[in-house]
This record gives sequence, C-alpha cells and structure tokens, in this order.
Amino acid sequence: MAKQQIKIQKKRNFSFVIKKIASSKELYLLLLPGIIWYLLFAYRPMTELKIAFYDYNVFQGIKGSTFVGLQNFMEFFRGKDFPRVLKNTLMISFWQLLICFPLPIALAVCVTEMKNKFVSRMTQMSTLLTHFISVVVVCGIVINFLSPSTGVINLVLEKIGVDPVYFMTKPEYFKGIYTLMTLWQNAGFDALVYIAAIMGIDPQLYEAATVDGAGKMKKIFHVTIPAIVPTIVTMLILKLGGIIKVGYEAILLLYQPATYSAADVISTYSYRLAFENGNYGLSVAAGLFESVVAFIMVILANRFSKKISDNALW
Amino acid sequence: MAGNKRKQGQVIGMGERVFNAVMIVLGIVITFIALYPIYYVLISSFSKPFFVENGDVLLKIKEFTTASYEAVFKRDGLWTSYGNAIFYTVFGLMANMFFTTTMAYALSKKYLMGRKLLTLFTVFTMWFSAGIIPTYMNFNNLGLLDTRTAIIFGFAIETYNLIIMKSFFEQVPEALEEAAFIDGAGHFRVFWNIYLPLSKPALATVGLFYGISRWNGYFWAMQLLKDDNKIPLQVFLKKLIVERVSNPSDAAIVTKASLTSPTTQVYALIILAIVPMIVVFPFIQRYFKTGLTVGGVKG
Repeated sequence: MAKQQIKIQKKRNFSFVIKKIASSKELYLLLLPGIIWYLLFAYRPMTELKIAFYDYNVFQGIKGSTFVGLQNFMEFFRGKDFPRVLKNTLMISFWQLLICFPLPIALAVCVTEMKNKFVSRMTQMSTLLTHFISVVVVCGIVINFLSPSTGVINLVLEKIGVDPVYFMTKPEYFKGIYTLMTLWQNAGFDALVYIAAIMGIDPQLYEAATVDGAGKMKKIFHVTIPAIVPTIVTMLILKLGGIIKVGYEAILLLYQPATYSAADVISTYSYRLAFENGNYGLSVAAGLFESVVAFIMVILANRFSKKISDNALW
Repeated sequence: MAGNKRKQGQVIGMGERVFNAVMIVLGIVITFIALYPIYYVLISSFSKPFFVENGDVLLKIKEFTTASYEAVFKRDGLWTSYGNAIFYTVFGLMANMFFTTTMAYALSKKYLMGRKLLTLFTVFTMWFSAGIIPTYMNFNNLGLLDTRTAIIFGFAIETYNLIIMKSFFEQVPEALEEAAFIDGAGHFRVFWNIYLPLSKPALATVGLFYGISRWNGYFWAMQLLKDDNKIPLQVFLKKLIVERVSNPSDAAIVTKASLTSPTTQVYALIILAIVPMIVVFPFIQRYFKTGLTVGGVKG
C-alpha cells in the first residue's frame, strides 16, 4: 500500500520533472542572450591578449606581426618605467587603504550615533550624493578649483597672502589630490555597508553596556566596533585583493606630462603605450601583467577570507 | 538602589549631551564638505565671472546672470551631446535590463544544467579582465568602432548587477513557479508574469545602478566614438575641460563688464551634467538598502 503510494508520488514527481525539462527549452533560450554577450564582449577580448606575445603591427594586424615570445614582458620589467609605475600603483593603493578605508567606517559610526535624525539623514544623503556624480565632473571640479588663476583654492590662498600654486602640475601633490578626491566621492557610499552592519547589532548589547555604566565612547569601542569587525575584515581583504588595480579613468583625466612621475600607474602607462606611442605589444604585456596579478590577489583574498571568517566573498 | 541608578543615568546624560552636540557639529561639517564644492559650482555658474575669478563668490551669487548658461546652450554640440546622453541612457538601460534579467533568471534556477559552471563563467570576468587595449581591439575587430551599437550592447551586462539580480530571483518561493508549471505555463510566462512583477524593488535598484553608470559613463564613449555627432555629454564636458587646461591664459580677458567666461561656462556645464542625477537621487535613496543587503557582502 505504502509502497504503491510512494510509486505514485515518484511518478508524479517524475512527470513534473519531465515538464520542467520540456519547458526548459525556454529556460535555455532565456540564458542564450547573456551567454552570447559574455562570449562576444567579455571572452573574445581575452583572445586579443595574444598581442602581448607579438611585435604587433597595427596596420597589418596579427598576421603581419612577428611572434616574439616573452620579449615584451622582458622589455616591460627591465624598462626604466617599470619601477616607477609599480611604485605609483602601490603607493596610491597604500594611501587608499590608509585614508579611504578607515574613514568610511568612522563615518558610519558617526551617522548611526547621531541622535538628531535630521542631521544623521542629511549627513548620510549628502555624502552618498557625491558618489553618483560622474568622474568627469568630479575631475573637472578638482581641476577648476585648483587652477592657478581662477580656482577657488588659490583665490582663497591669495587672500590670506599665499602665492598661488599650480597644483595640477606639481607631482608632489598628485597622490594627495587623488586620495582626497576619491575620499570625497566614495566615503558615503563605502559607509553604507558598515551602516547596515551597525543597524544589525542586537540592541540588548547596548542596554547591557548601559547597565554596566559604559559611556558613549566605551560603547562605540566595546560594542559597535567589535560587532562590525567581520564586515571590516571582509572589506579589507576585498580592498587588498584590488591593490594592483588602480582605476585609470580618474588618473587619465587628472594627470599631465608634468605629473607622470607621480601619477602614472600600470593601467595608464599601458594606455599611453598603445594609444599614444603605438606600441601595442608592450602595452598589452603590461596590461596582462596587471590582470594576472590582480587575479591571483583576488583568489588569495577569497581563500584568506574563507579561512579566517567563514565569509566567502562570493 | 533605584536612586543610585538614576544618578548614574544623569551623569551619563551630561556626557551624552556633549557627545550629541559634538555629533551634530560633526554632521554639519561633513555635510558642508560634501556639498560645498557643488554649491560653489552652482553659485559661480550664475555669477559674473569677474567676481568669480576675483574670489568674491564664496557664499552667494554675485550679480546674477544666466549668460554662462546661454553661452553654453549656444555652443556647437551641447544639445547633440545632451540628446546622445539621453539616448544612450534610455536604450542602454533597456539593453542592460534585457540581458541581465533573462540571464539572472536562468542562473537562479537550481535545476539548470551546468548552473555552477555557468555562474563561474560570468563571475570569472570580475576576477580577470582582458584590459583596455584588448577590449578596444575586440570592438575594432567586430567592426563596432564609432558606432552607437558598441556603446549600447557592448556594455549590456555588469556582472555585479547580474549577481544582485540572481540573488533576488533566488528568493522568490519555488512553490509559485511549480504552481504555474502545473497550470501549463512555460519559463517565458513564469519569468514575465511572476518573477518580474515580484522583483520590482530589485529591478529598481539594478536599473538605477545601470542608469547612473550609463549617464556618467565617459571612458569607452571617448575611446570608441570619434564622430562628434555621436558623443554623449560626459565626453563633451571632458573635451571642454581639456580645452581649458591646455590654454589657461584666457582668464586674462575677463573684465568687470563681462557676463561670462570659460570658467563660468564650465561650471554651468557641470551643473547641467549633475541635474539629472539630483533628480533621480531621492529614488536611489529609497531603493538602496534592499539592493545592498541582498547583493552585497554575503555573511
């Protein structure tokens, strides 16, 4: 009796599965556009990485170019520019980690600690707003504000008796400008994930701390921060994974030949090699180096994250 | 006992009052830092350039004029690029949503054959990218240089958004689709009549993400589009800024009587580029938290 029932059940399940499979033609049709897109626009470009192994001739294409093996990579690593671009890349990432990583955490704590709901919302919204302004506009604002003759920074400096400085042409200011600019643009957005984490803290922990006589600062350092450490660690690892990749869009807009010595990172260097010098082979080799290192870092970061916090990033 | 507790509460209360006051001041300072640059650009764009370039416009508009906007409106290519920006945003967004939702739906099905491999197939592109030049060469080889097609379809999927969408679809109860299948519906209908209507918050979140990156996108538009009739606003703006940087000496021409200058015109153009963002921003706010909790860091 029972056996028969199970059989019927199985049969029904089976027919359901059949139905699913039959209708799954539609499922695969839904999948198809995406697959085609990835093949055409994400994977097909990867085949172009072969340029890195050729003395590439733009006019004759890959067929008219000679295969040179690892020569482009050798040229890149031994070239006089390599130490400079690598150092700039790492230093810009270092400043990002030092300034643009901890301050959003502080911002999140401040925003959630503000008793005055209006001020809290205002702070949150205004810092978030800047994230949605385009990189061209932000760089445009920076360039114009720092202009020696008409920029507001220099106008104010002049008023207090300081000679105008043409900041954008001075290599020593570049990393600072870039760091502050990204901080201004992204702090509010980066704080979101911490705000969400803080909102998720059990209110009883705060009540217990109050009973124990803890003041506001004590609560922040003994309840809030420890509670969001897993989020902080996850975000830190994520950031460390991307250390070799510095966004090229903003740097391409901000730098100029006078500041190349401080501003040139691997991606912008690779960009110029191809589009300004026409040296495609060397350019793609530099880009491939960056991609491979970034890939390894991300994999390591994920491994590490899994190990210490049981928190896979994906 | 009770008295003791209250006393303690009062002591904390004093400290807390100071703390709260400090927090309010801090909030105002942060807000000021965030908004002042935009505010400065706004008041400068409506002021006479003489005062702007003299450092007299710091807190409010001086001698209101719309001359900079009028000059910008008359510039060759402004309206073309503004129209193009709207064109790329609207049609680009449609392409984004079509490619992203269809694929996310299929990938959200646990019984999809090869689901794990297919997900890896998409996520891998987040870890390893071909880079600028190979991507450019690819567009070249596909014959898509200087075409609107390249902009609209070439950037139809951002994997991060695809993953957010997929996680949302995974949360739709399976019972719903089973009931629909038993009633004879296929995946098209389940997708269209069940999943999409149920995922409105997710669609709004992902749509806003895409819409913003469409409106703000400049790099590939600049690289791929050579024809001035096809460039979007951001590229137009970029050209104007570079133009300014390459000859900064033009500031000298400004006199007390001039109504507009290259500087105030750039400021006017910046405002024109920001306005659409400010308009959609309240919507961004509303949908943000849902999108983050689902798609963000898994915990």
